[in-house]
Amino acid sequence: MAEIVFLLNGETVRVGQEPATRTLLDWLRDTRGLTGTKEGCNEGDCGACTVMVSTAGVARAMNGCLLFLPQLHGKAVRTVEGISGPDGQLHPMQQAMIDNHGSQCGFCTPGFVVSMAVAHANGASDWDDQLAGNLCRCTGYAPIIRAARAAAASPVPDWITSDLAFTSAEILPGVRGQAAPAGPTFAMPRSSDELADWYAAHPDATLVAGATDVGLWVTKQLRDLAPVAFLDGCADLKGIAETDDGLRIGACATLAELRVAMARHHPGFAELIRRYGSAQVRGAATIGGNIANGSPIGDGPPALIALGATLHLRKGETRRAIPLEDFFIDYGKQDRAPGEFVEGVTIPRQPDRLKCYKLSKRFDQDISAVCGCFNITVESGIVRAARIAFGGMAGIPKRAAHVETALVGQPWTEDTVAAAQDAWERDFAPMSDMRASADYRMTAARNMLRRCLLADAGTPAQVLEVQP
Amino acid sequence: MSVATPLPHDAAALHVTGQARYVDDIPVPATTLHLAFGLSEIAHGRITRIDLSQVRAAPGVVAVLTASDLPGENDVSPSVHDEPLLAENTVFYHGQPIFLVVAQSHLAARKAARLGRITYEEQPALLSIDDALAADSRFEEGPRLFRKGDAAGAIAEAAHVIEGVIEIGGQEHFYLEGQAALALPQEGGDMVVHSSTQHPTEIQHKVADALGRPMNAVRVEVRRMGGGFGGKESQGNALAVACAVAAHVTGRPCKMRYDRDDDMTITGKRHDFRITYRAGFDDEGRITGIDFVQYARCGWSQDLSLPVADRAMLHADNAYYLPHVRIESHRLKTHSQSATAFRGFGGPQGMVGIERVMDHIAHHLKVDPLDVRKANFYAAMAGASGGSIGAEKKPEAVPQTTPYHMPVEDFVLHEITGALVESADYRARRAAVARWNDANPVLKRGIALTPVKFGISFTLTHLNQAGALVHVYSDGSIHMNHGGTEMGQGLFQKVAQVAAASFAVDVAAVKITATDTGKVPNTSATAASSGSDLNGMAVKAACDTIRERIALHLAETHQTEPARVFFEEGRVFVGDDVMSFAEAARSAYEARVSLSATGFYKTPKLAWDRIAGRGRPFFYFAYGAAVTEVVIDTLTGENRILRTDILHDAGTSLNPAIDIGQVEGGFVQGAGWLTTEELVWSDKGKLMTHAPSTYKIPACSDRPAVFNVALWDRGRNREDTIYRSKAVGEPPLMLGISALMALSDAVAACGPGYPALDAPATPERVLAAVRRVRAA
Repeated sequence: MAEIVFLLNGETVRVGQEPATRTLLDWLRDTRGLTGTKEGCNEGDCGACTVMVSTAGVARAMNGCLLFLPQLHGKAVRTVEGISGPDGQLHPMQQAMIDNHGSQCGFCTPGFVVSMAVAHANGASDWDDQLAGNLCRCTGYAPIIRAARAAAASPVPDWITSDLAFTSAEILPGVRGQAAPAGPTFAMPRSSDELADWYAAHPDATLVAGATDVGLWVTKQLRDLAPVAFLDGCADLKGIAETDDGLRIGACATLAELRVAMARHHPGFAELIRRYGSAQVRGAATIGGNIANGSPIGDGPPALIALGATLHLRKGETRRAIPLEDFFIDYGKQDRAPGEFVEGVTIPRQPDRLKCYKLSKRFDQDISAVCGCFNITVESGIVRAARIAFGGMAGIPKRAAHVETALVGQPWTEDTVAAAQDAWERDFAPMSDMRASADYRMTAARNMLRRCLLADAGTPAQVLEVQP
Repeated sequence: MSVATPLPHDAAALHVTGQARYVDDIPVPATTLHLAFGLSEIAHGRITRIDLSQVRAAPGVVAVLTASDLPGENDVSPSVHDEPLLAENTVFYHGQPIFLVVAQSHLAARKAARLGRITYEEQPALLSIDDALAADSRFEEGPRLFRKGDAAGAIAEAAHVIEGVIEIGGQEHFYLEGQAALALPQEGGDMVVHSSTQHPTEIQHKVADALGRPMNAVRVEVRRMGGGFGGKESQGNALAVACAVAAHVTGRPCKMRYDRDDDMTITGKRHDFRITYRAGFDDEGRITGIDFVQYARCGWSQDLSLPVADRAMLHADNAYYLPHVRIESHRLKTHSQSATAFRGFGGPQGMVGIERVMDHIAHHLKVDPLDVRKANFYAAMAGASGGSIGAEKKPEAVPQTTPYHMPVEDFVLHEITGALVESADYRARRAAVARWNDANPVLKRGIALTPVKFGISFTLTHLNQAGALVHVYSDGSIHMNHGGTEMGQGLFQKVAQVAAASFAVDVAAVKITATDTGKVPNTSATAASSGSDLNGMAVKAACDTIRERIALHLAETHQTEPARVFFEEGRVFVGDDVMSFAEAARSAYEARVSLSATGFYKTPKLAWDRIAGRGRPFFYFAYGAAVTEVVIDTLTGENRILRTDILHDAGTSLNPAIDIGQVEGGFVQGAGWLTTEELVWSDKGKLMTHAPSTYKIPACSDRPAVFNVALWDRGRNREDTIYRSKAVGEPPLMLGISALMALSDAVAACGPGYPALDAPATPERVLAAVRRVRAA
C-alpha cells in the first residue's frame, strides 16, 4: 500500500508495507509492540481496544479493532501509552482510576482510560453514555464512574490538547496538490467525483466508510475485501446541510454528527442514535453505511423512512433519487446497481412528531429486536397522516402500510389502535431468533403503537424516563 | 498495620497505563508459532472423514495435528479423563475441537482452521434437560439425594402447600481477556508455560501427561488474568496443552488465544438449571417441609459438574432453616459445551430456587416477602459475629442445622437485615412503590430484599490447603510467592498486606511475584472464594517463621528473649536498641540465618461425606443482603434497576476498598445473569449468542442508578481466619438475586396470578409473565 501517514502518540509514523485492511489494533500490538491496547472481542462491542483519534480539532474514542490503517491517514492517534505524558506523568483520569479503585483485572482499563480521556478533552460528563461502549466484567462500573467524576474538573493535559490542535497539514505538507495514497487494490478518493470514477471502474469493490460493519467482514468472516475504497477523504460526502426544504445528510456523515443535528429537529431520533451504538461506534459509523448495508435491523432506516426520507444514489455521472423505503427490496437485496453508491439522504422539513422505540435486551449498544418509528399527524383528535416503519420485523426495514391505512382518518384513540390489530399481520411476519421470538416481536410492535397514544396523552410509558 | 487498609490494587498503576502484561502481551521470540482449532459443526455424530488438505495448503501453515498425532495422553479433563483435546471418532458438541492448526500468525491459523472438510454421520443430539431426562443421559449412576427429617410427611400436614418450577439460564463468563496460553520449549524436552489460568498446577499436570513427562519437567507461570470468574479453572487446559504439544512437535514457541467467538463457542459456561419445588408452610409462611428437584444441564463432559451440582444442593436452603427437607439432584449429560465453574459454582442456582419459594409463599399469603424470609431465617446465635448479637431475635442455645446436618453457628443475617431495612428505608419504599403502581397503569415498580448465606471452603476437602514461599533479602526487601492467582480480585495485594503486617513494614517493601509451579507446588485452583483465606494464612506462616528466626537471632545478639524483639513501622526494637528492618535482615544474613521460608495452611474443622450428604463441608458462612428496586414496562417487558442498597459481611476486611469492589462487581454480574444475559442455542445445538453483539453483559448504564454499598461494620469472623476476615469473591454475586425478585414483585403488581418469572428475565420473559398474571 502507498504510504499512510499519521501521528501516533505525538510522533509521525509512516506505514507503507501493510495490507489495506490491517487493523490498527493488530498493527499496534504486533508491529509496534504497543500492547496496552487490548483485543477483547474484535468486533467493536467491548471497547478494550479504544484509541483516541483526533482530526480537525475533534477528538473521538474509536475501536482500534475496526479501524483499517488507511482510515487514519492524516489524523492523530493516541493509545493508552500516550494518554500518560511524555515523561510518564499520569493523566488525571489515570490517577483517578487508581485512587477510586476503578481497575480490577485491568484488561478493560486501558480502553476505559482512553474513553475517559477523550470525554474529558471534549468536556463531556454524561458518563453512562460516554462509557457505554466499554464493557467491564469486574467492577460493576461504580468505581469507574466515581473516578470519572473525580477527575472531570482537572485541566486537560498539554499532550492531549496538542493532538486537538494538530492539523493534518503538519504531517502532510502540500496535501492538496499531492495524490492521495493508493495501490492496486485500494483507493482513497477525495471527492464523490473521484469515487464515482473509481467505483465505475471497480464495480465489485468494497466501499469502507466507518468500517463498523465492514470491519467485521475482515475480523470475523476473515474475508479479503480487495479492491477497496476508503471514503473518509470524500469531503463532499460529509456534513449535514440545512436547506429550506429540510436536511441533506451526506452519506459519510457520522452517526455522532447526525445525533447533534437530530437533537434540534427530531429529538426522538437523536435518542435512538444514542442507543444505536456507543460513542466509539457513533463516531465512526456513517448514515450511508447504515443504509447501504441493507441490514433489516439497522436503526437508521426505520426513523428515516418514517420521516419520509429520500435516498440519493449515484453511478458515474448518473444520479437518481428514490424514497428510502424503495431501496430495500428483500433481505440482502437493495435497489443499487453495480458501481452505484449512496451520496446522501434528505429529510423533508416537518414539525417534529417522530417517536422512536428501540427494543433490545440491553438498553445501550445492543442491536434492536424491534425498532419502531412512528410519525403520526393528529389534528383535532383525528389521525390525518401516518408513516410507521420498523426494523426487526421483516427481512428489510419496512413500513407498516396496512396499519397506517387503518389509522388514517380515524380518531386517535384506544379503539382505533385496537381496531388496527389485524392490520399488523398483513404488514409483518417476523422471525424468531436469538434476540426475540416472532410472537414477542409482534406483540411488542403492536404495543409500541399503544405507547405512542399513551405518550400523546402524557402517560409515562418508558422505563428510561423513570427516576429512582 | 497494613491489613484492614483500603490500598489500591497492587497493579492499578500498571493497569491504567497499559503496562500490565497479560499472556498475549509477553514478548515472544520471532520464531513463535500461533494456533487455532478446527471445530465441529454438528452437535453429535461420528466422524467418517477428515480432509485437511486445504488446511495444510493454506498460507503460513506449519503443521496440522489431529488426535492421532498427539505424543501423549489426549485429555484435558480436570476430573475423569473424558475430555479429549482433539475429538477422536465422535464429536459431542457443536464447537468441539477436531484438529489443531499451527501457523506463522494468529490470523493465518484462524483462516486455515476454517478450511477443514469434516464428514460426519450425524447422530441424535440431546440438547435440553428434557432430552437428557428422556434418554436417562447423566453423570453418576442416578440422582444424588440430601435428606433431613420427613419432607413428604411435613408437606402433607402443612396448612398451606405451593408447588412450582423455575428455569434458570446459564451464563457466559465474558472475562475481558479471552483464554490464552504460551509454551516455550526448554532444553531436554522441558516446557515452560504461561497460561491465563486460575489453576496453574492443573495446567502443569495436564501438560505433563500430554507430553508423557513427569510434572517436574513442566513449569507454569501466571502473573495475572484479565478476569476469570471460574471460566479459567479448567477451560484453559486445552490451550495450554495444545501449545505444549505443538511446541514439542515443532520445537518452537507456540501461542494460542481464542478469538472471542471461538472462546464462547468452545468453552463451558454456568450450568443452566431447572428447579421444581413443593413446599408446605404455616400461616406465617414458615416452611415446615420442602422438596426440591434440581436438574443441571452439564454438557458433554463431566468437568466440574459434580461439585457444582453438589454446591447447588448445599445452597438450596440459603439463609433458611428447613426442618424437613429433601433435595434431589440430577446431573444431566447433553451435547453442548461442558458447563463449568462460574462464580458461585452452583450455589447461585440453588439459592435462586429457595428465593423463588419465599417469593411464591409470600404471594400465596399476600404478605411482604421480607416477612416470610425473616420468619424462615436460621436462629440467631450468641457470638455469631464474634461480638454481641442484635436485639431483633433472642439467641438460641443450640444451633439449627442445614439440610446436610451442619450446625449454623455464625448466622448474622438478623442483624444485617435489620440494619439494611433501616438504611435502605425498605418499609416506606415498599409502601411508596405500591402507591406509585396504583397511579401508573403502564409502568410498574417492584422492590425486594434478598439475603445471602454462602458456604466457604472447597467441598472436596483435600483442596483446602495452600503453600507459600517468602524470601527476605539482605536489603530488607521481601519477595512473596504463593499458590493463589490474580484475576483482578485483589488477592495479591491482600496477601501482600498480610506479609507486610507480619514484618510490620510498608506494603511497598513486599514484591508481589507471578504464581509459579516451580516455587509453590501442588496448589489448588484459585476458586471457591478461598484465595485470601488459604494463601493469606500460608504467607503469614512463612513470614512468621522468618520473623521468628530474625527475632531469635537478635535476641541472642542482644542477650534478651525473642518475645522482647518487636517489629513496628519498619523498625525492629531489641531491648534498648532499634534498627531498620533492613538492618535486622542484614544482621541475620551475616549471622547465617536463613531468610527464606515456606508456609503451609490447611483449613481446620472440615468433615464432609458428599454421598451421604452429611457433615461440615464449610469452615464458615459469608453473609450479605441487598434491597433492589426496579421498574418494568408492561407494554414491552423492558425493565431497569433503579436502586440497590447492599450490606455485606466481609468479616474484618483485609482491604475494605477491594472488598467493596468485589461486592459492587459481584452484584452487577449476578444481576446481569438474571436479566440481560441470555444464552441461546439453535435447535441443532449451535450456540447463537457467541459474541458481545448478541450476548449482553451489563453495560455502564445498567448498574443501579442509585447504588449504595457498604461492608457490615460489625463483621468479624468467629472462626480463626486470616485476621478474622471473610471470603468475598463469590458471595456478592448472589446479591443479584434481589433484582430477579424485585422484577417478580413488579410483575405481581399487574394482576392476580403469581409471576413465576424465569431467568434471565429478559424483556420478553417479563412481558410473558405480565400476560400470565393478568390472565390468571
